[in-house]
Amino acid sequence: MSHSKWAGKRRERFREKQGGEKIAAKEAHDAVGEYKAGWHDPENATIRFDFGLSEQVVRDISAIKNEPEWMTEIRVKAYHHFENRPMPTWGNMSMLNNIDFDKICYFLRSGEGTEDDWDDVPEDIRNTFDKLGIPEAEQKWLSGVTAQYESEAVYHSIREDLEQQGVIFLDMDSGLREYPEIVKKWFCSVVPYQDNKFSALNTAVWSGGSFIYVPKGVHVEMPVQAYFRINAKNMGQFERTLIIADEGSSIHYVEGCTAPTYSTDSLHSAVVELIALPGSHIRYSTVQNWSTNVYNLVTKRGIAHKNAKIEWVDGNIGSRLTMKYPAVILKGEGSHAEVISVAYSGKGQHQDAGAKIHHLASNTTSKILSKSISKDGGRGSYRGLVTVSPKAENCKLNVVCDALILDENSRSDTYPTMEVANPTARCEHEASVSKVSDEQLFYLMSRGHAEEEALAMIVNGFFEPFTRELPMEYAVELNKLMALEMEGSIG
Amino acid sequence: MTVGFKRDYYTAESGDLMASDIPILGIRELHAGIDETPILRGINLEIPSGEIHAIMGRNGSGKTTTANIIMGHPDFEVSEGYVELEGENLLEMEPWERARAGVFLSFQYPQAVPGLQVGNFLRKSVAAIRGEDAAKGSGFRKQLKQAMEELDLAPSFLGRYVNDGFSGGEKKRFEILQLMLLRPKLAILDETDSGLDIDGIRTVAKGINAVIRGSESGALIITHYSRILEHIQPDKVHVLIKGRIVKTGGPELALELEERGYDWLEEDQTEESSDEAENTA
Repeated sequence: MSHSKWAGKRRERFREKQGGEKIAAKEAHDAVGEYKAGWHDPENATIRFDFGLSEQVVRDISAIKNEPEWMTEIRVKAYHHFENRPMPTWGNMSMLNNIDFDKICYFLRSGEGTEDDWDDVPEDIRNTFDKLGIPEAEQKWLSGVTAQYESEAVYHSIREDLEQQGVIFLDMDSGLREYPEIVKKWFCSVVPYQDNKFSALNTAVWSGGSFIYVPKGVHVEMPVQAYFRINAKNMGQFERTLIIADEGSSIHYVEGCTAPTYSTDSLHSAVVELIALPGSHIRYSTVQNWSTNVYNLVTKRGIAHKNAKIEWVDGNIGSRLTMKYPAVILKGEGSHAEVISVAYSGKGQHQDAGAKIHHLASNTTSKILSKSISKDGGRGSYRGLVTVSPKAENCKLNVVCDALILDENSRSDTYPTMEVANPTARCEHEASVSKVSDEQLFYLMSRGHAEEEALAMIVNGFFEPFTRELPMEYAVELNKLMALEMEGSIG
Repeated sequence: MTVGFKRDYYTAESGDLMASDIPILGIRELHAGIDETPILRGINLEIPSGEIHAIMGRNGSGKTTTANIIMGHPDFEVSEGYVELEGENLLEMEPWERARAGVFLSFQYPQAVPGLQVGNFLRKSVAAIRGEDAAKGSGFRKQLKQAMEELDLAPSFLGRYVNDGFSGGEKKRFEILQLMLLRPKLAILDETDSGLDIDGIRTVAKGINAVIRGSESGALIITHYSRILEHIQPDKVHVLIKGRIVKTGGPELALELEERGYDWLEEDQTEESSDEAENTA
């Protein structure tokens, strides 16, 4: 006699462990069906390129944007590098080799330009951003907003007082038009196009992204936000972001992203370059929630000068495959880096994420905290590299990676690498892998919480060191997203 | 239909008198085990409203199993008998439904949930069990503050993570804090005294007395030792041996067990089982 439905389910789970047979209910539970940002608008492209990539496509993108010659040249060089560069032979190679670069649209313009009033944004697109809550967030707690739809920004604004203090916050295309000298100085200075195959691709076909310059001593108190939305099928989104914090300044940049759920693949391949000049502080927070047909292959790197501080707060919930390792080069003495990341890998997903930190100067400190959850056959990997150069004295580094595995079919791997060439460095490394136990669930259920609430409590608790670093509104959003992912998940 | 029946009793004019006829906890002929191995072999127990009972017995006698089955732990299979809370069948409910119906279990080994803050968890649990309104406003804050003071818990305790890095004593006091805030109809306290010093036992006993004495609730205290029973005078003491209650008495039975141990009762039990074996043969 079974006294509890829960007990019944538990036994089923046990049988599954024993015989490896799939449970029908579990099959029916499809992560794609739960994704809440999966709608799409009718496509009203004003310019849409045919599928596929060639030197002509690269030149056409540059021509449409009326770019200076030097930018066209970099793009073309990067294109040839991309063509000749082999795919990475690490990470998830079978997924990478599934990407069909001939079945991707490399440029799609949807609006008439970038508006600074939501009322001027085409209605369908405005409705999408309304549903995503962007205008509301802008009013409540942001210093500025960029909303990118397909290849370009459709909306952009910044608070007047910041503009008066000389803060530049533009979409990257406008940045290049209005401040070509600043862009030329820093573009590709942190992430050269030769860095990897996808940084080459991005440099060849980049469009949109953010351009930010914070003048000396200016503190931008409230975060600025960029939101990236892919709407079309088989779309490639290649935004390029460049943030320069001048001496003693500070800024918090927040980005979010979603896409409709399609049966065909889309590609998101961004490059982000941060330059933290002496004594400045850049915090870059991401909540990545792409639909599970998006490949997310992103290069993010910052250079921290003397006594500067760079923090990456990186949350990966969506996408089919993410390969992303936010990096900091600690170039100046006394600089500090932090990478706090969480990854959720559900059915059919692989989050290959981590961090890279290079201690090039003395008295530099770094901290990596990586948390990953895998469930329903998902796979989470931590891949990290920390180096200390021979000349860098008295560096401190701390790496913690924790994984939580929710069922027997899911997987977690850790690839931590430390290359320490100076004996004065103090290194700490901790790693843990844990499972949600029935005893933990039973304890929470005995306090009146149904099993899904109980699991969400454990999962949100596991992510807490990350969510407490996010602005409150984002933390609430992330907890809600995780609660959705946990629905109907025990079985 | 016991539910409707019970409600009729309470709404009747003479409700008080009649209601007391339905025990808070009623267990009859309970047989249960794990993976085909029998552990409980016919438990009968009734706790009337306002009474505190104790179950004593050695390790492996089935004490914790009894607690787990009342709360609904999925590892145990009930093969026979029933368990009722004020006449309502608990065995058909999920653990969280039992909690909402008024069952509380103070765990012998409370589980840690890193990242889940005590204050947040208490508020959510009170909302789940006593309703959203009970977890809001100054009323709740006052109850919380008072209960924490009684248990000698500092306000900073609320910011810690549930049972994460707690000392043995902190874990037990946290269980009693939950008991005081959740106000169950039936409190089961599984080895709440283990790992506590004399002061700890006194503090915890004060909390238990405050919730149960003078209320319509009932409590079941599971323990090895009579120490905690010096501070919480039980109305009845039951001795559990090999999955059966072999003797029931008043508080004096606890003292007798302290002096004489369990052997004298175990001998009786062996005879009884062999009698039974002959009968069934």
